[in-house]
Amino acid sequence: MLGWSRLVPGSGQSGWIKAGVFALCLVPFGRLVYGAFANSLGANPIETITRSTGWWTLFLLTVTLAVTPLRKVSGAHWLLKLRRMLGLFAFFYACAHFITFIWFDHWFDVAAILKDVVKRPFVTIGFAAFLLLVPLALTSTDAMVRRLGRNWARLHRLVYAIAVLGVAHYWWLVKRDLTEPVIFATVVAGLLGLRLYWRSKGRPQER
Amino acid sequence: MLIKKPSDILSSEITPRDLYLRRREFLQQATALGLAGTLFPASGALAQPAVPVTEPGKLAKLPGKPSPLSATDKKTPYKDVVTYNNYYEFGTDKAEPAQYAHKLRTRPWSVTIDGEVRNKKPIDIEDLLKLAPMEERVYRMRCVEGWSMVIPWVGYPMAELIKRVEPTAKAKFIGFTTATQPDTMVGLRLPVLEWPYVEGLRMDEAMHPLTILGFGLYGEVLPNQNGAPVRLVAPWKYGFKSIKSIVRITFMESMPKTSWNVAAAHEYGFYSNVNPAVDHPRWSQATERRIGEDGFFQPKRKTLLFNGYADQVAGLYTGMDLKKLF
Repeated sequence: MLGWSRLVPGSGQSGWIKAGVFALCLVPFGRLVYGAFANSLGANPIETITRSTGWWTLFLLTVTLAVTPLRKVSGAHWLLKLRRMLGLFAFFYACAHFITFIWFDHWFDVAAILKDVVKRPFVTIGFAAFLLLVPLALTSTDAMVRRLGRNWARLHRLVYAIAVLGVAHYWWLVKRDLTEPVIFATVVAGLLGLRLYWRSKGRPQER
Repeated sequence: MLIKKPSDILSSEITPRDLYLRRREFLQQATALGLAGTLFPASGALAQPAVPVTEPGKLAKLPGKPSPLSATDKKTPYKDVVTYNNYYEFGTDKAEPAQYAHKLRTRPWSVTIDGEVRNKKPIDIEDLLKLAPMEERVYRMRCVEGWSMVIPWVGYPMAELIKRVEPTAKAKFIGFTTATQPDTMVGLRLPVLEWPYVEGLRMDEAMHPLTILGFGLYGEVLPNQNGAPVRLVAPWKYGFKSIKSIVRITFMESMPKTSWNVAAAHEYGFYSNVNPAVDHPRWSQATERRIGEDGFFQPKRKTLLFNGYADQVAGLYTGMDLKKLF
């Protein structure tokens, strides 16, 4: 057991930690908004925004998936308190990513958007991943957790599929340099692999 | 920041004229003594500053006569042209070439001429610069990734060089090779593409009046990240066909290998003519974003067949199935 994990934050402290993580998660978005106004996003600002929002979606999704393993390994169960916020931020960046796609890429041309979604496999899976995130975000409230009961955990296992689709989406669109998609794929595979391993060991299933 | 006015600079600080005029000789001597590397980290009269060049006026002048073949589109700002580049030898991020390419040694530089050609002598860059009168050619440049620019190149028709080196009757294609400088090109460490970068044209494409050897842009020598000291520009083809920093031009009987085709044959053909009707397998080529213009307040624009040069070049491809020979 790691030493720090025994330092369970009190309710006041955990509020501060939450506020800190919340602020940190907003930094990439803030930088994009600032850059758009300061004209410091490079020669192709739309590309910068598209890439950045996509990257942070995948990053936050991966961090969300890391919460449970990290908590099991370290015993720092309070980490669970951050999971919903991290997941919702992943959804927030996914929305920003989706909006850049329909606005800047297609200028709200519905026919062109549908054509792209149907014809381009990497767009199809990115779009599918986004759609699958929507019910998870909608059922993230305490009331919904209570109402859905055991089905809530079942539903939220969708996040595994979403992560896989997200990595595939990134992998597929890269022109040649696969370094980053490979890193994401490795980490996500590791996090999903751990769950399978624990499951095979017959540990009680955790949400 | 302290900005010195001309009057603030003591005349004693200015290099004496005779020394200045003998600077190349001095450098040669320094090189012979093995000093150049320590005295001048990037030695040579045309060495480029370590701070990325983002505005005109920093590099040597290279004027060109205006050409009737120039496009009338609004030119892309200099800053965008020199900071958004695909030059994988300096990294796969488009901001990286501007950061790292200043290290490229562009002198001494010579271009090997070989294959099916009578005059096989290598041509020194100084002679290449004087081979024909410089023209300014404002061309649209369409990248296969879906963005475009309008760049005022300075150079002369590729045909001028071809005529002088006298290809044999067997020469049907030309292969081009980019320099490899492992100590200056950080990107060579990654096996992203096979190095050196190679490209090619069919002889009639290379002889076409629109095809130029480029030595400059915006009235100055090429910034290194744009392919100094000499590059190809074939404006009706996707940008990657216009190979940078050329060290070898080979006249061939059969079709040469081209780097992107070797890397992914189903995605990048030999011809790679700009064509909105032939999509990249993974994305559409129907539209493009003009850098510096299309973005937050303007939608992307429609891509034109042969990048808008159909009137001039369509004749090169009569009878060819452009969907198959993409």
